[in-house]
Amino acid sequence: MRDFAYHRATTLEQAGPLAARAESAILAGGTTLLDLAKCDVVRPAEVVDITHLPGLADIRADAESLHLGALVRMAAAMRHVAVRAACPAVAQALALSASAQIRNMATLGGNLLQRTRCAYYRDPASFPACNRRTPGSGCAAAGGVTHHHALLGTSEACIATYPGDLAVALVAVGAVIEIGTRWMPAEDFFLLPGETPHREFALEPGEIVTALCIPASAASRRSAYLKLRDRASYEFASVSVAAGLELAADGTIADVRLALGGVATIPWRLHAVEAALTGRHPTPATLREASLLAMQGATPRPDNRHKLDLAPRLVHRALEQLLQGDAA
Amino acid sequence: MPPTAHAAAPAAAPPAALPQGSPVPNRPITLFINGHDHVVMVEDRTTLLDALRERLHLTGTKKGCDQGQCGACTVHLDGQRVLACLTLARQAEGSAIATIEGLAGADGTLHAVQAAFLAEDAFQCGFCTPGQIMSAVACIREGHAGSEAEIREYMSGNLCRCGAYPHIVAAVQRAAAALPSEASS
Repeated sequence: MRDFAYHRATTLEQAGPLAARAESAILAGGTTLLDLAKCDVVRPAEVVDITHLPGLADIRADAESLHLGALVRMAAAMRHVAVRAACPAVAQALALSASAQIRNMATLGGNLLQRTRCAYYRDPASFPACNRRTPGSGCAAAGGVTHHHALLGTSEACIATYPGDLAVALVAVGAVIEIGTRWMPAEDFFLLPGETPHREFALEPGEIVTALCIPASAASRRSAYLKLRDRASYEFASVSVAAGLELAADGTIADVRLALGGVATIPWRLHAVEAALTGRHPTPATLREASLLAMQGATPRPDNRHKLDLAPRLVHRALEQLLQGDAA
Repeated sequence: MPPTAHAAAPAAAPPAALPQGSPVPNRPITLFINGHDHVVMVEDRTTLLDALRERLHLTGTKKGCDQGQCGACTVHLDGQRVLACLTLARQAEGSAIATIEGLAGADGTLHAVQAAFLAEDAFQCGFCTPGQIMSAVACIREGHAGSEAEIREYMSGNLCRCGAYPHIVAAVQRAAAALPSEASS
């Protein structure tokens, strides 16, 4: 790991300008930053430890929303009774992420900002071409092994998959990201690669994510997160689905929220599937037909073509699971 | 959803940026390890793992992948299991650090998890074992040792390349029967 200086910030007002300096990086749980520094993917000259900033590790719930401080650790959020009640999909997404040790370390804000696991991105010594890492250098993944690469939201410049679970659940339930004094829908926080894959998040230099906020809704309270992996635990998603459902008194679908992980360059909200379900009775045929829209617009590659079938089936399964919860 | 008011504190003078290319000097820090303070010279980039092994010669904590993937470096920070390879030594200043060296009693009596690993022959080469044991102590304390499936899930951050998993699971079950957990207490 290259040399860097360590600063422990004690106030948000102090941390912002420090983090805005050239070659500065924000350090929270460290599970992404120190890993990527060891891979030589990021080369900070100074790191700003924000874990001692006051007031950013609270979990609060009221009638309007669930507020999660950005410095709440994954393990604390996943077992919190208010999180489990207000948004089971978030609690389940966290429980199915990483390992027990990493969940004790990683913060929720840092979790959103985790970088792709693209093997070409993570290995600059072997693969100098990576537009995400070095703008304009090319893409080694395009002609490489693409089992874990994205089918949705890709561009000529980048096909790297967004690896997180939490963000998929947040996007599904319409969460809002607090960045100091401004707010942004989670769906707008993650940037499509386009021609600028090195710009991954809608953050300016020195800006710090301070909280995640989930508006209270029936679909959030009745939500779930399903995750398929190449091994049973401690693995990133092959395909994952966050789903939330609200039924009207007449049994039709009043509100449905769906997002996919593991298949796209950003957490992928399934607006077309939601539109095909809203207002309809959730019959097996309706669920099946709507689920088939999940991978609309996908660009498969030889190594990841199986996800064209896998993702719609997992969407269907998630919806059935939420409906079965109603019968029980 | 109104923006949260963050308590304003008097702003400290920001640290000066180092001139480009100048080395970050070694500095002394105090780490509280296994109940004792240790003053140690570290670079800012020194990980807790390297501080323990290379500076303090506490080599029970192992360096496997050094990238947060294998769990061999598992230690406890304020009672929580964490990876020492992805923690800077300076981040651990002010926390209580527990390593495998501090697990047995002062008279040498083994911790119940250590005894269970011996009884169940829960290792072959032994390299991952300190991390497995530190993780298992926390796993039991968290109340996540209720079944074989639960143990496998909550111990998944500790890899064993010899494949001693069935015996590791048996050792965790044996120790869990002898130890309290936060969930049951």
